[in-house]
Amino acid sequence: MPEMTPAQLAQLEARIAEVWEVGTRLGLRPFPTHFEIVPATVMYEIGSYGMPGRFSHWTHGKAYQVQKTLYDYGLSKIYELVINANPCHAFLLDTNTVLQNTLVAAHVMGHSDFFANNAYFARTSRRMLDTVSLNAERIERYEFEHGEAEVERLLDAVLSIQEHVDLYASEEEDEPADTPPARQPKPYDDLWRYDRSTERRSPEPPPRRSRRRPAEPVRDLLAFIRDHSPILDDWERDVVSIVRTEMHYFIPQIQTKVLNEGWASYWHARIMRELDLSTDEHVEFARLHAAILQPSPRRLNPYYLGYQILLDIERRYGEQHLFEVREVENDISLIRNYLTQELVDELDLYLYERQGDELVIVDKDWEAVRERLIGELGGNQTPVILVEDGDYEGNLELYLRHSWDGRKLDLDWAEKTMEHIYRLWGRRVWLETKTDDGSRLILSYHPREGHKQHR
Amino acid sequence: MFSISLTRGDWSLHRKGAIDQARHMQKVKEAIKQNLADIVSEQSIITSDGKKLVRVPIRTLEEYRFRFDPNSYPQVGQGEGGSKVGDVIGRVGPGQGPGQGKQAGDQPGIDYYEAELTVEELGQLIFEDLELPNLEEKRLRELESEAVRFTDIRKHGPFANLDKKRTIRENIKRNAKRGNPRFGGLKNEDLRFKTWERDVKRESNAVVIAMMDVSGSMGTFEKYISRAFYYWMVRFLRTRYDHVEIRFIAHHTEAKEVTEEEFFTRGESGGTRASSAYQLALQMIEERFDPESWNIYPFHFSDGDNWPSDNELCRRLAEQLIERSNQFGYGEIRQGRYAYQSTLMHTLERINSPKLVTVTISDKTDVYPALRRFFGPEAREVARA
Repeated sequence: MPEMTPAQLAQLEARIAEVWEVGTRLGLRPFPTHFEIVPATVMYEIGSYGMPGRFSHWTHGKAYQVQKTLYDYGLSKIYELVINANPCHAFLLDTNTVLQNTLVAAHVMGHSDFFANNAYFARTSRRMLDTVSLNAERIERYEFEHGEAEVERLLDAVLSIQEHVDLYASEEEDEPADTPPARQPKPYDDLWRYDRSTERRSPEPPPRRSRRRPAEPVRDLLAFIRDHSPILDDWERDVVSIVRTEMHYFIPQIQTKVLNEGWASYWHARIMRELDLSTDEHVEFARLHAAILQPSPRRLNPYYLGYQILLDIERRYGEQHLFEVREVENDISLIRNYLTQELVDELDLYLYERQGDELVIVDKDWEAVRERLIGELGGNQTPVILVEDGDYEGNLELYLRHSWDGRKLDLDWAEKTMEHIYRLWGRRVWLETKTDDGSRLILSYHPREGHKQHR
Repeated sequence: MFSISLTRGDWSLHRKGAIDQARHMQKVKEAIKQNLADIVSEQSIITSDGKKLVRVPIRTLEEYRFRFDPNSYPQVGQGEGGSKVGDVIGRVGPGQGPGQGKQAGDQPGIDYYEAELTVEELGQLIFEDLELPNLEEKRLRELESEAVRFTDIRKHGPFANLDKKRTIRENIKRNAKRGNPRFGGLKNEDLRFKTWERDVKRESNAVVIAMMDVSGSMGTFEKYISRAFYYWMVRFLRTRYDHVEIRFIAHHTEAKEVTEEEFFTRGESGGTRASSAYQLALQMIEERFDPESWNIYPFHFSDGDNWPSDNELCRRLAEQLIERSNQFGYGEIRQGRYAYQSTLMHTLERINSPKLVTVTISDKTDVYPALRRFFGPEAREVARA
């Protein structure tokens, strides 16, 4: 495929200006947005790292290989890549046609507007592009100082629990104080004034041991390990911190995947219809739009689901209400508030499972579909793991509890993950969960004794 | 403040993805190497024609995390209208058991946790540090393999070796110096010629005599193990050495030289006299492979269930073989019969020579260690000592 000529580039620039004019007129308020034209390899690289400039790790290389293989076999094509930042950064594929890239730009405008106005993005860092580059530099320095293999092993471990941060706390917020509250003045305090020595004595710092026993279970596993691991060096704590910071940045995108893609798809369709396109371009646009919104029998196409829900909201509550939805909802609230029985039937949503070698539809009840959807979206696809105790049995062992919601863990994977956590904690790791019949099951791991199950 | 901008930069030096991809591939190879013992004795490989792709599961490259059991909950999918409970929407391969990672609904057709390799690529990993131990330069009939390599450029030479590209470049360069960068007006000083070197590699003669017990006491497992070992040995020798001869001897109470194909496919029955094979090997050496000019490597695989009256003769013949050889390898396959005393192994172990290397195989996964014991760096240490 040939890359864009300078003439096509100029044409595209004019088109993007038009897109912006139309979108602004229709009410979008995006960040200033910078478009960059890149070759496919760069596109796939940015796609597999999540952002340009992120740290090196083989899992990124694996994702890159997957992307590239799919591309080489013509199985998939990333059309659009947009980074939540202010100014917003978007990447366009060098080998796309002017029309394809115009559609992508309209889609990007929707995302940029969403980043700027959705409540869940309000606290994300808009300078993450710089941050990830600085993080990558630090990790590179650690590789130089401590060896690539050592850093890789550490990252393997940290990345295995990267999803376990507090979804609803911002990255900057410090952990909730688990030190006892300051002593309140009491009526007879003055009696003690006689004892001068008491007054002069500074309040004792809480012993380190007690800080490892949170008053409330802690959801932010990464922060807990960073702050209380008995074995990590400073640089290792920094690596934990880096992964946590970057994860916090990605969380709103996980929480709003359906809504965000639905919003962008809704706007690319509306804006493109306003543009002055030739007949050929109209056909090309219709074909692309259909491809993007293609339903899939085995997995949910977030573009399609979000787009259809938004169209339904527009029909029922009017256009103005759409802007409110984009401001206050995330995927879970969107599904809870706006997925109706009619919509489930119209979109032909169903539940299927594997029976022998076949995948069979097992349920079409709309409420069952809604509940499963909620379980799969917005971060609910990751089990909630809570730190109960960082000084279990008075031996600095780490006691974790899987917050049970009726779904059982993949125990084989849980055991492998506990090995990673041991690398970070250095003492026996415990995990409490439940079995099929709802009875308590406790796993433990220590390399000397291997995996154990206690009932 | 701008609201939109569009640029195209130079990304040609951008290679991070490719670098991390290479690291991932390296990990794939490491993972395969860790599993070689299992892979080497994989039936489907041994019985393949060598062109087949081998699928190797790589569990260490799974990105483990806390997740819900993927097989115990239904997934959400989307039809094109009119779907009913009970409709079959697809199939999954029978190989994908629970815990193997791949969820229904992942990318179609490609399972990333299994690497696909050709038998040749697998061979390269297996043979990486294997070699014939104790190889000596022999006096006679050293085989030379000769190659011509073009390595240099000169201003004079036969026109057959004219380097046209460089000549044109020189011409344009000379024209450019006079302010006219084009091709034309060729002069002698523009001409460039390729020159070559003769690349002579000396390699010593070597013969491997592969002996295998095909008597009735060799069960399916024993035969399979011997063939698996010889399969990789033959591949290894063919891959690594251009001039190694391989001779095949099958024996029960009598020994016979057979073709490679017969060696790998024929089954026999009857009792066992290993001495017959050693006798034939000695005769072969006598007639065709003078130890003065050949490196000689006899190997023998058996279940060790030899006629007791034959053992003494075996020992004497084996001693003669060892005397003429660089290394004598004996592999005994004893599945669960550890206590059995009167085996060929006990007879041979009475021979005190560093050139005698023995292994006992009781499990499929022992084939790879056996290869390493005969051909690996460890074997060379022993040979040198």
